[in-house]
Amino acid sequence: MKRVVITGAGTVNALGHSVPETLTAMREGVCGIGPLSFRDVERLSIQIGGQVHGFEAEGRFNRQQMSLYDRFTQFTLAAAKEAITQSGLSFHGELSAKSGVVLGTAGGGVSTWDDNYRAVYEEGKNRVHPFVVPKLMNNAAASHVSMEFNLKGPSFTVSTACASSNHAMAQAFAMVRSGMAPAMVTGGSESMLCFGGVKAWEGLRVMSRDACRPFSANRNGMVQGEGAGIFVFEDYDHAHARGADILCEVAGFAMSSDASDIVMPSKAGAARAISGALQDAGLNPEDVGYINAHGTGTAANDKTECAAVADVFGPHADKLMMSSTKSMHGHLIGGTGAVELLACIMALRDGVIAPTIGYQEPDPECALDVVPNTARKAKVDVALSNAFAFGGMNAVLALRRV
Amino acid sequence: MSIKEQVIAIIAEQAVLEPEDVTLDSTLESLGIDSLGLVESIFAIEEAFDISIPFNANNPSESDFDISNVASIIAGIERLKAEQG
Repeated sequence: MKRVVITGAGTVNALGHSVPETLTAMREGVCGIGPLSFRDVERLSIQIGGQVHGFEAEGRFNRQQMSLYDRFTQFTLAAAKEAITQSGLSFHGELSAKSGVVLGTAGGGVSTWDDNYRAVYEEGKNRVHPFVVPKLMNNAAASHVSMEFNLKGPSFTVSTACASSNHAMAQAFAMVRSGMAPAMVTGGSESMLCFGGVKAWEGLRVMSRDACRPFSANRNGMVQGEGAGIFVFEDYDHAHARGADILCEVAGFAMSSDASDIVMPSKAGAARAISGALQDAGLNPEDVGYINAHGTGTAANDKTECAAVADVFGPHADKLMMSSTKSMHGHLIGGTGAVELLACIMALRDGVIAPTIGYQEPDPECALDVVPNTARKAKVDVALSNAFAFGGMNAVLALRRV
Repeated sequence: MSIKEQVIAIIAEQAVLEPEDVTLDSTLESLGIDSLGLVESIFAIEEAFDISIPFNANNPSESDFDISNVASIIAGIERLKAEQG
């Protein structure tokens, strides 16, 4: 089996349009959540989100590209460019033939659905643009990355709600580890911040009207975000031989299914994914210094996640740090694990633990060190990234400092 | 603008050319418009003239709408507009 390392990272999210901007914001505990701005927002009862501002398609893409790129594809292409540029790879010959792109998204081109339903239902139009289907399809972002960067190996899109990008990255990791691909572009993206996208979430009654406060006793729900996180996963020997800058190692992963409820999380399912990732990576619980929590800020997730961590780690649960950066960038749904992986890389590489901001009152059911409100310096050798999706589908990644 | 001028403007925009570079005997292929560009042009023409063009991308030659060159496209639109009357 091959060792797998990360040699490039890119992102667009509410905290920044690049990895350095995002990590600076995470260090400073910046809140990227604010008033939403789009058509018909006044008809929503939830009017806040982690929206990406100042990212205009005009000037970035030509007219033909704009007619084919939904916003989730636009975010993906910008983040992929940053990641692949950082990796220093260019895909030709054998490397191109074997390397692919596996991405996660829950909704794909939600605003394309929204705009065109509005046109035919509300405005009574009987004709839509010919590219509606290739623009909204969930694999559009992965396809455009493959075309833009000449990736001709295995490529597809994974959709497991809030765990989509962790499942995608786990799959990409498995492909590089097995020797199937020398490098894979992976991660995920989401862009649901439009009238229909937020209206659908409102229906569940799990959304906060004021802030995302994970683990805080007065938390009152999740806040949606948008954006993309993209990485280059590479065979360690391949990266080492070309003298690439290695951001960290991907040491292992596990996936599990609760097989119990379509929305309520399960402690047992989460715990099996966490312990499975440790086992797969050949790590002891005591090796883990930081966990990037799923930490949605809902009553159910946060207490269940803390209980699962307590079960897996025993007394060590009180020594490790676990924060939720969703408090800053919001919940990117299918792209969330990818943006959150950046906090794990920052912990391993820079020794800075991103905080859980908005934390106001301790909750006895979330009695772990959640790094409240202020970033912390700490040397961390191993970090985990949790994602627990609706539908009871869980994926946890284990990363190691190199 | 006449129908002819409007059609030429739409095709020129699709081909990323100036309208004066689009002549009546130009074929879409000679203007660099591929199959996706063709369906996009037809969409733009339908929107501009509020007509429905009987065109099936699976079998363009058997469609009841001649796209062999710019002049035939204009003639087809003029006929559809007249039928709409």
